[in-house]
Amino acid sequence: MSDVIAVQTEDFDHSALYNALRQDSLSNGAIVTFSGLVRDFNQGLAVGDLFLEHYPAMTQISLQQIVAQARARWGLGKIILIHRVGHLAQGDQIVFVGVTSMHRKAAFEGAQFIMDYLKTEAPFWKKESTELGDKWVQANVSDTTARQRWTGDE
Amino acid sequence: MIKVLFFGQLKDQVQTGSIEVAQSVEDVANLKKTLVLYHPQWSEYLSADSTLVAVNQTIGNENTLLTDGDEVAFFPPVTGG
Repeated sequence: MSDVIAVQTEDFDHSALYNALRQDSLSNGAIVTFSGLVRDFNQGLAVGDLFLEHYPAMTQISLQQIVAQARARWGLGKIILIHRVGHLAQGDQIVFVGVTSMHRKAAFEGAQFIMDYLKTEAPFWKKESTELGDKWVQANVSDTTARQRWTGDE
Repeated sequence: MIKVLFFGQLKDQVQTGSIEVAQSVEDVANLKKTLVLYHPQWSEYLSADSTLVAVNQTIGNENTLLTDGDEVAFFPPVTGG
């Protein structure tokens, strides 16, 4: 049961990651995975490519803290979290989160918690090339609201 | 010496990715004042409510104390995932 936390430019193989999660303890009968992809339309504009910037010295620390919080709260089995940086095209995979647990509730909630915190705390920034030129993506209030449900301070 | 980094849209707005501040500053608020002293045009970006700060790779605030050798990063709300 060793977690995998990676920030990389390379693509990832969903089925290989799923199989790695399956190799976890047989006591864990639930696996939940989530993948995020580059959309063709965002915030009202057609989007071409995407550039993902990050703060390298802080990114790994931030992701480790989020994973540690999820584990402390739900007692999860194995956790895999991968986030890509650099140039990405429409349809490309951006992020993967996969967790195992004994039962489905902890796996669903743990995966959702990791994504909600990642979207509001991990130091990544997206710049899109749109029909109107390059544009930094603005943060969504709905992402902050999604995170707040875990702390109850909505 | 404090190393100051900028990320995301803020990096474009201040037109640099990093600078070094030689004089000693007590806290983040003090650092912002010093930066604005030399770059008055940065005031609106650094004082924006949405601008976040991390001190030594951990989220901080205006009152976070600084010591020589610290790394301070300013950035807009994050948009990964």
